[in-house]
Amino acid sequence: MARSDVKLIGAWASPFVMRARIALNIKSVGYEFLEETLGSKSQLLLESNPVHKKIPVMIHDGKAICESLVIVEYIDEVWSSGPTILPSDPYDRALARFWAAYLDEKWFPTMRSIATAKEEEAPKALIEQVGEGVMMLEDAFSRCSKGKGFFGGDQIGYLDIAFGSFLGRLRAIEKMNGVKLIDETKTPSLLKWATSFSSHPAVKDVLPETEKLVELAKVLAKFRAASSNS
Amino acid sequence: MAGGQVTLLDFWPSPFGMRVRLALAEKGVKYEYREEDLWNKSALLLQMNPVNKQIPVLVHDGKPVCESLIIVQYIDEVWKDSAPLLPSDPYQRAQARFWADFVDKKIYDLGRKIWTKKGEEQETAKKDFIDSLKLMEGELGDKPYFGGETIGYVDIALVPFYSWFYAYETIGNFNIEAECPKLIAYCKRCLQKETVSKALEDPQKVYDFVLILMKKFGI
Repeated sequence: MARSDVKLIGAWASPFVMRARIALNIKSVGYEFLEETLGSKSQLLLESNPVHKKIPVMIHDGKAICESLVIVEYIDEVWSSGPTILPSDPYDRALARFWAAYLDEKWFPTMRSIATAKEEEAPKALIEQVGEGVMMLEDAFSRCSKGKGFFGGDQIGYLDIAFGSFLGRLRAIEKMNGVKLIDETKTPSLLKWATSFSSHPAVKDVLPETEKLVELAKVLAKFRAASSNS
Repeated sequence: MAGGQVTLLDFWPSPFGMRVRLALAEKGVKYEYREEDLWNKSALLLQMNPVNKQIPVLVHDGKPVCESLIIVQYIDEVWKDSAPLLPSDPYQRAQARFWADFVDKKIYDLGRKIWTKKGEEQETAKKDFIDSLKLMEGELGDKPYFGGETIGYVDIALVPFYSWFYAYETIGNFNIEAECPKLIAYCKRCLQKETVSKALEDPQKVYDFVLILMKKFGI
């Protein structure tokens, strides 16, 4: 375990926080996990991320680093002697960053809107869009993995972390809507990858349980219904 | 590897395209510029960026790189022997990435709202836009550029939007310089560099283009 003063402000359910935790685990860096309470923001969070006021925030030797993918690259660069997270070739790096940006800017907002969709048929259409995105990642997998088990090749890397952090949420959506977004026929590579990723030592203790995420989704739905009725 | 055939698929008024033009100029990279008609996208563009179908796309030895900031990082990593765009210290790099991401999240979206929305929505966008620029002024501090003594990643991310400020001001009926004099002074300082003045488009031209867009979209 590398000794250093690392704190991570986060929450168990957040895929973005999970990314930072996986990266720290890959590098065997010990850290203090400061769990935020749902519905409120701590003084430390507001002080260390005044611009966005969001988790995750990594505090390393007193300095704050914000935005999950920025944190992951920072971790890779600081603990450079550990297993590498970003690919070494500039083109492979650009490809990994491209897909991570796609996930954050296009795919995840669609997935997130399933829970709050108002019209009757909207969740179905949104789930379909999410499914199409997953198919694109299946395609990207063959290009990035180059025949190996992870997007990063033999080891889990940047895109494994960026996409894998959504697995819990994806499985919760599958369960709650009776659909399969990663399966044997449509996404055979991702199905295998999902199992390998979930059981990876750097991942398994920080991947939220599907059941707990389903419970949380129900709690949030009740909360939203209550506040819209008041 | 540096060298090889470099083509940029672009659209002249795009601030995202300007970022790439500026990065290539800073590195002294020779490239072929291809103007795209966004209402009639070329087969090459659709082939090179099938996911987003957007410019800019950098094609290096036949392989496409998409998303302006990803392209700028790629350029920095491939042509690494001249004019580094990102700092070498990991914490400084994280700060640079954070602020470039901030420009993407705020400046573009809010700027767009200023010329596409009216009434309350437009007023809110104007206020948030100014607040965002003020935050960036704070980050700039006393440095000549965000990159320090030389232009860097955040400068490249931000300064192309200066081409659009005149359009935002005229359509939104407000004065950016009055609210953010430091930021405008900074933009003008950047424009004194030949690479910047060549990469950025004339604000009047951009404004005329926005008027055409507004007519097209019935705004």
